[in-house]
Amino acid sequence: MDPASSFPLPSQIEDVPGAENWRSMYPYFTRFQPEDDNRFWFYNAMHFPEPMPAFDVITAEIPYQAIGANTARLFVFPTTLGIEHRIVNGRIYITAIPVTDPAEIERRLGIFQERAGYYYGNWDRLYQGWKTRISALISEIEAVKVPELPEFDDPAAVMESTGVAQNHYVRENYHRCLDLFSRMWNHHTEFLMLGYGAYVVFFEFCKQAFPEISDQTVARMVAGIDVVMYRPDDELRRLARLAVDCGVDDLLPEGCSPDAVLQAMGERGEAGKRWLEGFEEAREPWFHVSTGDGFYHHHRSWNDNLTVPFAALPRYVRMVRDGEPIDRPTEALREERERIVAEYRRLLPGDDERAAFDQMLGLARVVFPYVEDHKFYCEHWFTTRFFGKIREFGELLARWGVLEDAEDVFQLHHTEVDQALADVALAWSAGGTPLGAAHFGPIIAERKRMLEAMKAWSPPPAIGPVPEALNDPAVRMLWGITAETLATWAATAAGDGAEIHGYAASSGVVEGTARVLHSVNDIGQIRDGEILVCPVTAPSWAPVFGKIKAAVSDIGGTMSHAAIVAREYGMPAVVGTGHATKRITTGQRVRVDGDRGVVTILA
Amino acid sequence: MNAQRFVRGLNEVGADDRAVAGGKGAGLGELCRAGIGVPPGYVVTAEAFERALRALDPGGAIRGEVERLPADDAAAIAEVTGRVRARIAGAPFPDEVRDQIAARYRGLGGDRVGVAVRSSATGEDEAAASFAGLQDTYLWVRGADALIDHVRKCWASLYNAEAVGYRLRMKIAERDLAMAVVVQRMVEPRCAGVMFTCSPVTGDRSVIAVEGCWGLGSALVSGDVTPDSFVISKVTGEIVRRQVAAKLRMHRAGPGGTGVAVADVPASLQRAACLRDADLAALARLGGQVEDHYGTPQDIEWAITDGAALQEGVVVLQSRPETVWSRRRAAPVATPKARAVDHVFEQLGRVNRVAPPPPSQAPTTGPER
Repeated sequence: MDPASSFPLPSQIEDVPGAENWRSMYPYFTRFQPEDDNRFWFYNAMHFPEPMPAFDVITAEIPYQAIGANTARLFVFPTTLGIEHRIVNGRIYITAIPVTDPAEIERRLGIFQERAGYYYGNWDRLYQGWKTRISALISEIEAVKVPELPEFDDPAAVMESTGVAQNHYVRENYHRCLDLFSRMWNHHTEFLMLGYGAYVVFFEFCKQAFPEISDQTVARMVAGIDVVMYRPDDELRRLARLAVDCGVDDLLPEGCSPDAVLQAMGERGEAGKRWLEGFEEAREPWFHVSTGDGFYHHHRSWNDNLTVPFAALPRYVRMVRDGEPIDRPTEALREERERIVAEYRRLLPGDDERAAFDQMLGLARVVFPYVEDHKFYCEHWFTTRFFGKIREFGELLARWGVLEDAEDVFQLHHTEVDQALADVALAWSAGGTPLGAAHFGPIIAERKRMLEAMKAWSPPPAIGPVPEALNDPAVRMLWGITAETLATWAATAAGDGAEIHGYAASSGVVEGTARVLHSVNDIGQIRDGEILVCPVTAPSWAPVFGKIKAAVSDIGGTMSHAAIVAREYGMPAVVGTGHATKRITTGQRVRVDGDRGVVTILA
Repeated sequence: MNAQRFVRGLNEVGADDRAVAGGKGAGLGELCRAGIGVPPGYVVTAEAFERALRALDPGGAIRGEVERLPADDAAAIAEVTGRVRARIAGAPFPDEVRDQIAARYRGLGGDRVGVAVRSSATGEDEAAASFAGLQDTYLWVRGADALIDHVRKCWASLYNAEAVGYRLRMKIAERDLAMAVVVQRMVEPRCAGVMFTCSPVTGDRSVIAVEGCWGLGSALVSGDVTPDSFVISKVTGEIVRRQVAAKLRMHRAGPGGTGVAVADVPASLQRAACLRDADLAALARLGGQVEDHYGTPQDIEWAITDGAALQEGVVVLQSRPETVWSRRRAAPVATPKARAVDHVFEQLGRVNRVAPPPPSQAPTTGPER
């Protein structure tokens, strides 16, 4: 089958019924142009598994600015420029732009070697500096004030002659949020592409030396053991043990409510106090972990929504009480990792290969902590605080009657929020009334209806003709897009009904009842022993992994954190199926074969 | 006195005993020594063959006549070897030899125990030994009389026309060759097959490739069935690839429990994997042991019987050095560079053209053997 003939063209995509006006939600530069029919685009289901609310597209607009600048202009990667994005029916499609002219590649390679060489050569020191900078950014976003706009301005403005009225700070501080968000994303990508680059090199070497080595085994040799992204879950386990030690574990039954628990702990004297102290220690900063991946305003942090961590605590408490091992066996994991490395090293044909292996593994291990850890600081901690601040501006708009509900601020593009705030600033300055309610009211209502309608659409995993080259290391490693992926998607689209093919992410074969979830907010629906089928599994879904028997996702590549977690839980996983959430419905009986990468619908 | 001359237990011979036990017998003895399970049995030695040949042909005329054949005269070769085989097949069996064979046979389990009777030619030239009837294996032979008969058949196969033709072309002297015979208790396997201790497809040394079918391994070897195939990592134990085929036919004991019959596989088993995860783990361990013993990748025939313990149930029927990949000098995958980052610069300076995907690896009819 020729894959080029089996993907639809951008111009062939029809509007979702009930959402024909979706274009009004997004800027002109996100619309497909006629010439885009000549380019290959894939649906970024990994980061954007749901239709985009108007404000949330900032999580594409800003990151792609940063990533492209980093790759194309800053470090000057020889064979890849940046990433372009388009939106259709509320979904984000992206394409990476390759450099294929050998003379160009040569020219860029020289500059790349100098700049990338500096970072690779000073990685640890620079990474430490990065941690300081990102911590400062997080403090800054937390410190942004949303002005009160009182009847009479603060007397200090006069007495200390600052000379600036409160409504000025509405714009300045709102923009400060956007500017800090942009700075954060620059920080996010600063090391990222270089990190992927070093990993790809080691990965390709292993695949050449051992053509039948599994992707996850390569990842195991490099991956860290004490990864920051595991820490929130580790804290929950610690809190469970603390509860049992303090004798307050009876206050954490299945289905307990956070408010009730915290209240009851407060009434439990010394023991309860001790547990509460432990709880406060854990939540700052570890409960800043998001239920999502950093791209939607409605993925709140555990601190914003304590029901998520409290849903996992009772199970851990039960395990501690039953004497079941609860700690991640880090020592054993470390030893196993070293054993695997030593074995593959021994199997290499000669000393040259072993020396090269040592070099590449060494570099991959230097870069991997950043690759694994940056998410917590950027997509989780910073991002949830960022959305929290925007929410506070939404509260300001709601107080002034521009919005019915503060949360509706996310139905407006960030430039429209600018207008709404200007409306309020003018109203305050004039002593008048903002005009926003009449203007934005119907717009917001329509957009909510359209988002609902667009949820049901299953986006094609790829559109346009097959690309000439796939050079971007992130595209290969993170999204798992290779020539084989394209062939698999094409075959699935043509489709044999009962079988869905993807990548074997974690071994084992199980059968069970499928639970198809489109949004992480629905994880409460999962029953014990079900098989999770979702657009993508994010590391923040870890608490639910204890309940499920297997995981299936639409998209995912070799660096999928979900694969690592699935392996730790000893459960089969198949990722990168392209269409599983479309082909499988909740309640169907399925077989997940994590060895072959096949999901079969049984009934 | 002559207790050891005409028969030897498998555990009494090793790699150095090719002249006595033939290639197959010596190989099986070597496995025994390495503590690897093989079906219990013994060797009818080369000396037994010589004894019988001397009784039949005291002057050594047979060998002489064969050696004088023109290498390119197919008709003459066919005529002479046909006559020689007929003489051997009908020759009187020396009593001493018969008694020792029968005694050891009873030791395997009684008067009617089923055995495999397998040619095992001696001689320095491995290829000559292969040609000289390595394929001749008779399964499910019962009773001392039938056993003696099949031993004679193995002896006769030394003079197969193709084998003789090869020896004449290679100018291998007849006196350098004799035929030992391996006699082993039959296994009734649940499943059987072949494993390579490196990938037969890519030469990857970190994996073990297994193919298996229901019943006797002869179904797979003969191409009568499309086998299940698996690839297992030697390092992590994970099953890297699993392909379950539709296994329509199997081989098992024939009527009366003798010979081999072809049977249909019941529908419920056709698409069921013939090997469970525990079986694959046991096979991988076994393969690793055999490979470590010989120090080079092996091509191993195995069988699994559901017995008291899994360890007892997994046996090796034969092991030969893998020849395709072991002989190749692998092109170097990478050499160390001045700095680790130089690997990155080389890789990231490369354009990854989107090649058409490889043809799908559908199961075929199994390896040629």
